[in-house]
Amino acid sequence: MRELSLNILDIVANSIEAEASRVIIYIEEMNRKNIFRIRIRDNGRGMSKEIQEKVLDPFVTSRTSRNVGMGLSLLNQSAIQAGGYVRLNSEIGIGTTVTAEFKKNHLNRAPLGNIAETLVNLMIGNVDVHFLYIHRTDFGRFSINSYWIFAGMTEKDCSIYEIVEPAKEHIKKNLFAIQSKG
Amino acid sequence: MKTLADLRAIKEKAKENMATREKTAKYRIIVSMGTCGIAAGARVTMTAIIDELNKRNIKDAIVTQTGCLGYCDQEPMIQISQAAKQTITYGKVTPEIARKIITEHIVNDKILTNYVFNLS
Repeated sequence: MRELSLNILDIVANSIEAEASRVIIYIEEMNRKNIFRIRIRDNGRGMSKEIQEKVLDPFVTSRTSRNVGMGLSLLNQSAIQAGGYVRLNSEIGIGTTVTAEFKKNHLNRAPLGNIAETLVNLMIGNVDVHFLYIHRTDFGRFSINSYWIFAGMTEKDCSIYEIVEPAKEHIKKNLFAIQSKG
Repeated sequence: MKTLADLRAIKEKAKENMATREKTAKYRIIVSMGTCGIAAGARVTMTAIIDELNKRNIKDAIVTQTGCLGYCDQEPMIQISQAAKQTITYGKVTPEIARKIITEHIVNDKILTNYVFNLS
């Protein structure tokens, strides 16, 4: 995929498929260590050790409509191309954490892209799920969660769709602030 | 600065609002968000749908996501579901076509047959 924020959208769809009610998306950018790390943690069904060992294979999937599941394997390929890797940590009945690490300045590292659109679409499309997004760089830290969207709606007494653009602007503005030295 | 109690009250009120919307929503717009859908541009299609609903002030439609419907070459796909009516599936829905679907199918109650994809 062209943007890592699209891979994130894909992996979080897995969490929702696993009936998660809480999802944490944690992004860390470290210049000195040259690491770009994405961590997606959910409280869904979880996977057995056997499945965890095989699940990065595109032909291993829980889907019934097809015998191919590409989300994790695409993320894995993307990470490997950028000198990184994908690691899974899952326990049945507890949840799953997917960690994708990349070399931050690698030529082949895809850009994060429009994470604001990914986040807002996830929150609007899955109102029963609580999302927490944390983004940490060498210059600062920004976080937003589903309560923020609800609070905005209640305060401004507007529909859920009216809050979309202000929410995206808020996310973009705050991310810009921590991604530059300004 | 909001207290934890304030946040909880907001959350409860929001949950009530959402529950009411779920029950009273006339239309359910389901956007296919499997890997194939996302790769084909489902994210911008969903954004266009939300924007068009907002522009037209449509309050009785909710937008949700689902996984791959199994017809990856037809992505992005959306489904319009209405109580007591057959769910209509549309294929190759670009943002522009999504806006047309909202206008014709939801506002004018006219199914856009040339974009419909027959799941059977």
